[in-house]
Amino acid sequence: MKKVGNHNSISRKILFSLAFTLVFSLTLFAQKTAAPAADAAAVSAPAAAGDAVAGKALFNANCAACHKLDAKSTGPALRDVANKYDKAWLYKWINNSSAMVKSGDAKAVKIFEEYNKSVMTSFPQLSTADIDNILAYTSEPKAEPTTPVATVAASGQSADSGISNNVILGALALVLLMLVVMLFFVNNVLTKIAKANGVEVAQKQASLPLWKAFAKNQFLVLVSSIFLLLASGYFAYGWFMQIGVDQDYAPVQPIHFSHRIHAGSNGVDCKYCHSAARVSKNAGIPSLNVCMNCHKNISEVADTTATAEYSKAFYDGEIQKLYDAVGWDKSTQKYTGKTNPVKWVRIHNLPDFAYFNHSQHVTVGGIECQKCHGEVQTYEIQKQFAPLTMGWCVNCHRETNVKVEGNAYYDKIHQELSKKYGKEKLTVSDMGGLECGKCHY
Amino acid sequence: MSSNKKYWKSVEELNENSSIVETLRNNEFVEAIPTDEFLSDKESLSSSSTTRRDFLKYVGFSTAAATLAACEGPVHKSIPYVLQPEQIIPGVADYYATTMFDGFDFANLLIKTREGRPIKVENNTIEGAKFSANARVHASVLSLYDNLRLKQTKVAGKDATWQEADLKIKSSLADAKAKGGQIVLLTNTLASPSTEKLIAEFIAKNPTAKHVVYDAVSESAALDAFEAVSGERALVDYDFSKANVIVSVGADFLGDWQGGGFDAAYAKGRVPQAGKMSKHFQFEANMTLSGAAADKRVPMTVAEQKLALVKIYSVITGSAVATGKIANEDAVLKAAQQLRDAGSKGVLVSGIQDKNAQLLVLAINQALTSEAFSTVGTRQVRKGSNEKVAQLIADMNAGTVHTLIMSGVNPVYTLANGDAFVSGLKKVKLSVSFALKEDETALVSSIAIPAPHYLESWNDLMLTKGTYSLVQPTIKPLFSSKQFQEALLDWNGNTQSFYDYIKANAANYISGTTWNKALHDGLFVGAVGATSISSADFGAAANALAQTKAVQGFELVLYTKTGLGDGQQANNPWLQEFPDPITRVSWDNYLTISRADAEELGVENRIVADGGLNGSYVTINAGNKEITAPVIVQPGQAKGTVGLALGYGRKAALKEEMQVGVNAYVLYANFNNVQSVTITKAGGEHEFASVQSQKTLMGRGDIVKETTLQIFNTKEAKVWNPQPVVSLDHKEVEATSVDLWESFDRSIGHHFNLSIDLNSCTGCGACVIACHAENNVPVVGKEEIRRSRDMHWLRIDRYYSSEETFAKDVEKKEGFDGLFGDKGSLGGFGQMESPADNPQVVFQPVMCQHCNHAPCETVCPVAATSHGRQGQNQMAYNRCVGTRYCANNCPYKVRRFNWFLYNNNDEFDFYMNDDLGRMVINPDVNVRSRGVMEKCSMCIQMTQKTILTAKREGREVSVDEFQTACSAACSTGSMVFGDVNNKEDKVSKLVEDKRMYHLLEHVGTKPNVFYHVKVRNT
Repeated sequence: MKKVGNHNSISRKILFSLAFTLVFSLTLFAQKTAAPAADAAAVSAPAAAGDAVAGKALFNANCAACHKLDAKSTGPALRDVANKYDKAWLYKWINNSSAMVKSGDAKAVKIFEEYNKSVMTSFPQLSTADIDNILAYTSEPKAEPTTPVATVAASGQSADSGISNNVILGALALVLLMLVVMLFFVNNVLTKIAKANGVEVAQKQASLPLWKAFAKNQFLVLVSSIFLLLASGYFAYGWFMQIGVDQDYAPVQPIHFSHRIHAGSNGVDCKYCHSAARVSKNAGIPSLNVCMNCHKNISEVADTTATAEYSKAFYDGEIQKLYDAVGWDKSTQKYTGKTNPVKWVRIHNLPDFAYFNHSQHVTVGGIECQKCHGEVQTYEIQKQFAPLTMGWCVNCHRETNVKVEGNAYYDKIHQELSKKYGKEKLTVSDMGGLECGKCHY
Repeated sequence: MSSNKKYWKSVEELNENSSIVETLRNNEFVEAIPTDEFLSDKESLSSSSTTRRDFLKYVGFSTAAATLAACEGPVHKSIPYVLQPEQIIPGVADYYATTMFDGFDFANLLIKTREGRPIKVENNTIEGAKFSANARVHASVLSLYDNLRLKQTKVAGKDATWQEADLKIKSSLADAKAKGGQIVLLTNTLASPSTEKLIAEFIAKNPTAKHVVYDAVSESAALDAFEAVSGERALVDYDFSKANVIVSVGADFLGDWQGGGFDAAYAKGRVPQAGKMSKHFQFEANMTLSGAAADKRVPMTVAEQKLALVKIYSVITGSAVATGKIANEDAVLKAAQQLRDAGSKGVLVSGIQDKNAQLLVLAINQALTSEAFSTVGTRQVRKGSNEKVAQLIADMNAGTVHTLIMSGVNPVYTLANGDAFVSGLKKVKLSVSFALKEDETALVSSIAIPAPHYLESWNDLMLTKGTYSLVQPTIKPLFSSKQFQEALLDWNGNTQSFYDYIKANAANYISGTTWNKALHDGLFVGAVGATSISSADFGAAANALAQTKAVQGFELVLYTKTGLGDGQQANNPWLQEFPDPITRVSWDNYLTISRADAEELGVENRIVADGGLNGSYVTINAGNKEITAPVIVQPGQAKGTVGLALGYGRKAALKEEMQVGVNAYVLYANFNNVQSVTITKAGGEHEFASVQSQKTLMGRGDIVKETTLQIFNTKEAKVWNPQPVVSLDHKEVEATSVDLWESFDRSIGHHFNLSIDLNSCTGCGACVIACHAENNVPVVGKEEIRRSRDMHWLRIDRYYSSEETFAKDVEKKEGFDGLFGDKGSLGGFGQMESPADNPQVVFQPVMCQHCNHAPCETVCPVAATSHGRQGQNQMAYNRCVGTRYCANNCPYKVRRFNWFLYNNNDEFDFYMNDDLGRMVINPDVNVRSRGVMEKCSMCIQMTQKTILTAKREGREVSVDEFQTACSAACSTGSMVFGDVNNKEDKVSKLVEDKRMYHLLEHVGTKPNVFYHVKVRNT
C-alpha cells in the first residue's frame, strides 16, 4: 500500500480548534442573554398585605383543582378577586360557601347559579391569615413581561444552536477545501523545487489492474463468490424474517399524545388510563372521558413542558383537539354534546390467531408494562418497542419465573411441580406455558 | 425394452376411422383458430387503445404495485369510546339475565355480550329457572343479526317513518270507533302480564276492539280440555322426574309437544340409581325424539292411538268402554296395567289434537292421582283458539273487520287457508303487521312495522303461573323498530315508556323482592296455588273417541322438526344446517314413510356414487291441495302413516339458500295435525344433504354399549360393559394395559374430562348449536354438506338396530360364519344395513375425543396438532398446512377440513358474509381460513378463562366451575365436564362409574371423553 504523507497536520488542527471555539462561544452567549430576563421576572413581584409565596403554596394545595388565576375553570378566575369582593365576605365564603348560598346572600347565589350550581368545598381549616396569603398571591399582577421574554429567549436559543451547527459544518467544509488547495500548491511547489534541483521524480510502473489480477485468481473468485452468496443469504434471511415485524413502528397519531409528559413528567400510573389491562385481554385505549378527568382543568401545558421540538402552543393545540373530539367548550366549561371520536392508529397489532391477555401478565404475573412496551414514560411519540414475534414471547416464557407468592391458585400445583422437577422456582414453560393451545385457539 | 401396449387419450382414438383422430394427429386443434378473422380487421385493431406494449406495461406495473403493496402492513384504526359505559370493559364479557318467548319457544336465559353485542345464549341456572334453551333458542342470537330483517316501517310497500304510519293507524282507529267498525288485535300467545294489561286498556278505550290469540302450531285441543275442567285456559306443566311409569300416546314431549322443555326432568328419572329408573312407553306414528328415548315404542296410526287411549282409560278407571280391536293391543294393555300399578308414580300424556282425547288424559291422570301431573304453576305459553281464528277469517271476508293489527304472527304463511286470509285482508280498511321480517303477511299488509328482536326489547313474561320473568334488552335496537307494546301505549294515550309501564306493573308480581333483584335474576318465583280441576263427562268423551275409524288412504301426521320448529327462524343458517336428530338430514323437510309403504308405492332412498342420499318424489293429495315432496324411508314409521314437517317452504325475506323444503302448513287444515291424504309417486329424485348415510350400528358394540336394566342390576359390570382385550405374548390382556407410548404424568394441575351419558342424551341438539355459536363454526351450505364437508365440531350420531334390539344385532354379527350361506357375513352385513321396522334408537354425541395417545398428533408433518398437559388435543391453525393426514388417522372422524374460505366469501353467503352477521362471532376464538384442519378444542378458551379468573382472584378453581359450550348447554345433564384431578368435581365420580367406557377402547387412544353405557328398562 502506498503511504500518503500528511503535509499540513498542524495547520489543520489549528483551524479545527478555531472553528470549535467559535461555535461554542456563540452558544454561551445565547445562554447569557436568557439568564438576566428570568432574574428580572423573579424580582418584579410586588409586595401585598399577605405573604404571596405562602399564598401560592396554599393556592396550589387547596384551590388549583377548581380555580385558575386567569381563566374560568370549574370555578371563576381568581386574579384580583380581592378587589371584586369585600374581604369579610370572602372569609365567610371560603369558610362555608354553601351556608351563604342557603342564607340567600345575593352575591353568593349569583355566583352559585353562574357556575352550574356546583358547590364549592368549604375550607373551615383556612384561617383569615391563610386566606390573606392566598389573596395576596391572587392579587399579584399578571407576569406579562416574563413569559414572552422567556419564550423569546428560549426560541432564540434554539435558533442559535441550529445556526451554530451550520457554522461548524460550513467551517469544516471551508477547512477541507483549503486543505485540498494547499495540498495542490505544496505538491506543485515541491515538484518545481525537485525539477529545479534536478531530482528525477520516479514514474509509476504500469502494472496489471487489480480487478484483472483478481479475476485471474480462480481460488479467490471461488472463495469470494461463496462468501458473497452466504452473505447475501444471510441478509436475505434477515430481510424476510422482518416482514410483518413492526418493531419501532411509530405512526403519526391524530392527536399528538406524549407519554413523556403524562407518564414521565406527571407520573400518571399506566393503569390509570389503561385500566382495562388489569382485568381484560385488552389494555385498551382510554375513552375520552378518562382524559377529561384531568383535562377538564388542564387546558394548557406548563411553560416548562414545552421542548425545543414542540412548543407550548403546539401542546395547547393538541389539548384543544381533545376538547373538539369530546365536545367540551372551554369558555363555558360545558359539554356541547357534539363528539367526534378519535381514530387512533393502532400500534400493536397481534395477529388474530394469537391470543394474548393483558390481565394474565399485568395482574397475575405482575409484569411491569415497560418490559414489553419499553420506557414509555420517556417516549414523546409512542412506538412499538418489542418485536412481538413468537420467539420473543417464547423466550420470555422460558426465562420468567411464575409469580406464585400470595396466590392461592398456585399453592398446590407449584408445590407438586417443584417436587417433580426438583427446583425451587418454576418458569412459565414448566407450568405448560409453551403449549400451542395456550395462545392459539 | 419396448412394449406393445397401446395408450390412448380418448375413446375417440379407438375408432380407426375417425376423422378427428386423423386431424388431431397432425394438428394441435381440430379446427383452425380464427386468427385471420381477428387480425384482418385492421380498423378495430388500430382503434384499440391498448397496444401490446401498453399491455406489458400494465402487467409490469401491476406486478410491481402488488409487490410493493405487500411490503406495507395495513394500518389499523382503533377508536375508543368517547364516553365509556361504566359496565363495559373491552375484552370482558358481560352477562344479562333475560327470558325468551316468541310464541313457540321459551327459555330462561343468560345472554353473553361482548362490547355491547350479544354473542351467545346460555342457560340461566338460577334457582327457579325451569326452562333451558333448546337448539332454536341457542340459535336465536343469530336471528338478531339477520340481514333480511325488516329495517324500516313500510306503508303500502314503501319506506316510511313510524310517525307517518302512526298517524294513519290513529286515524283508522278513530274512524273505526266513530263508525263502530271492528278492531282486531291478532297476536301470538303473549304470556306477558303487562302486555295483556295494555291490551285490556286498549279494548277499554276502543270498545269495538277484540283480541284474538293465534298459535301457528295449535294446542287448542289440550287447552279446550283443560279449560273445560278448570275454567282456566292453560296447560299442565308435567314433572316427569316424579314419574316411574310414563305412557305417551302420540306426545313428543322431548320435542315440541306443548312447548317442550320437559327433557331435564325426564332425564332425571332415566339414569339408573339404586337399580331403578323410569319406564317409558311410547305409542306414536312418526319416529320422534321421545320414541327414540322410549323403553318400549309401538308404532301405530293416530286412529289406533285414540283407541289405545280409550283402552288405557278403561283399564285405569275400570269403566268398560267398547272399542274395536287394534294391532299391538297386548302392548297397550301391558302399558296400561303398569301405569295402573304405578298409581301416583305414573303419568300419561297425549299429543292427539282432539278435545275428547285430551279430556281422557286429564281423567286418567286424575284417576292415578299422578304426582307428575300437577296443576300448580300451569303453563301459559299456548292460548290460541282455533274457533276464534276461524271466526276472524270469516269476519274479515264478510267485511266486518275495520282495522286489523297483527303482532308476532304470520298467518298468510302458517294458515292452511292463507289465501282466504289474504282475500279477507283486502276487505280490511287498514291492516298493520308488527314483524321481525318482511314476511308473507307483512308483504300484504297496508303497514308493516319492524318489530324489535327479544334481545332488543323490554318485556315481562309469565311462562308458568306464579313465575314472573323479565325480558331485558342486551343491545340497542339495530334498526328503527317499534315494539308492539310501545305502540299500544301510544294509542292508549299513555306517554310512559314500556319499561316504566312494566316496572310499575311488576310491583304486583314481585312482592318480597326488588325490581333490581328480579331483573338481575331474570325471574321471580312467587307463591301460587294449584288450579282446582273438577270432573267432566269423561265417559262421553271416551265413548266418542271409541267411535274413531281409520282414515282413508294415508294418515299424514304433521310435526315440527327439532331444527326449524314452526319456521319463524327459517333464515337462520345454523338451524338450517342442523341435521335432524332422527333422519340426519339437513336443509330440507321431507315425507317420512314406512318401509312397507315405500315398497308398495315403489319409492326409495338410495345412496349415489358421491355418497349423497337421494329420495324419490311423491305427490301428496289432500282434498283440493296437492304438494310434491321427497321421501325419506323412516324406520319405525307406523305403517299407513306418513310424516311431514311444518316450518319449511318459506319464500319471503329468506336468502335463496334457505328457501328449501315444502310448506306443509297448506295441509294443516282446521289446525288438525292429522290429515287424510293419498300419495302417488312422482317423477324425479331429490338430492338430500344427509350427514349420516349408514343407518345402523352393524353390531359394533364397542361404539355404543347398551344393556337392559335387568342385566345391569343382576350381572357384573364385565358382562354388560366388557373391557376390550388384545393378545400380548399369546395371552389375552386388557387393551388398556398395552401401549406403544409412555404416558405423561397428568396427576398435577388440571386434567379435563368430558362425560357423556347415553341414558340421558335425548338428541335435542342444543349442544350442536351452542358449539356453533361458541366456536365460530362456519356454515357450509347444502351442497357442501351433501359432499360430506360439514364443519360441525360436535355431531350427534344416531344409530338404529337392524333387529329389534341392539343386543340381537351383536348376536347376529357374532354368529356370522364364513362369507356365504345363511350365516355368511357377506349377506348378513347387507341385511344389517337396513334397520328394522321398529328399531331401537341410540343417540351418541361425538366430538374430538382428546386422546392422550392421539393418532392424529403422530402423523402431522408440521406438528400443528399437539397435546397439552391438561388433556386437550390442541390445534394450531396457523401452523397447519392442510395435509389432512390427521383426519385420515383419526378413528373417530371428528376432524373437519376447511375446503374453502367460509367467511367473506360470496360463494358462502351465510352469516359470515355480512357485517351484521359477523357481529355474532366470538372474538376469543379464531375464524379459520381455507386449507386448515379444525376440530373440537374442548372449549380451551373457556377453561383458560376460568383458570385466569381464579388466578386473578387468587383462589383455587371452584368445584364444577369448568364448563364447555356443550356441557353448559346440556339441559338433561348428559354431558358433564370437569377436572378429574379435583376429586370434588362431578366428573371425577363419573369416571369411576361402572357404566363408564371409552369409544373404541381397543385402539388404545386413551381418550379424555368417555361415555356411559345405555341402560334400557325393557
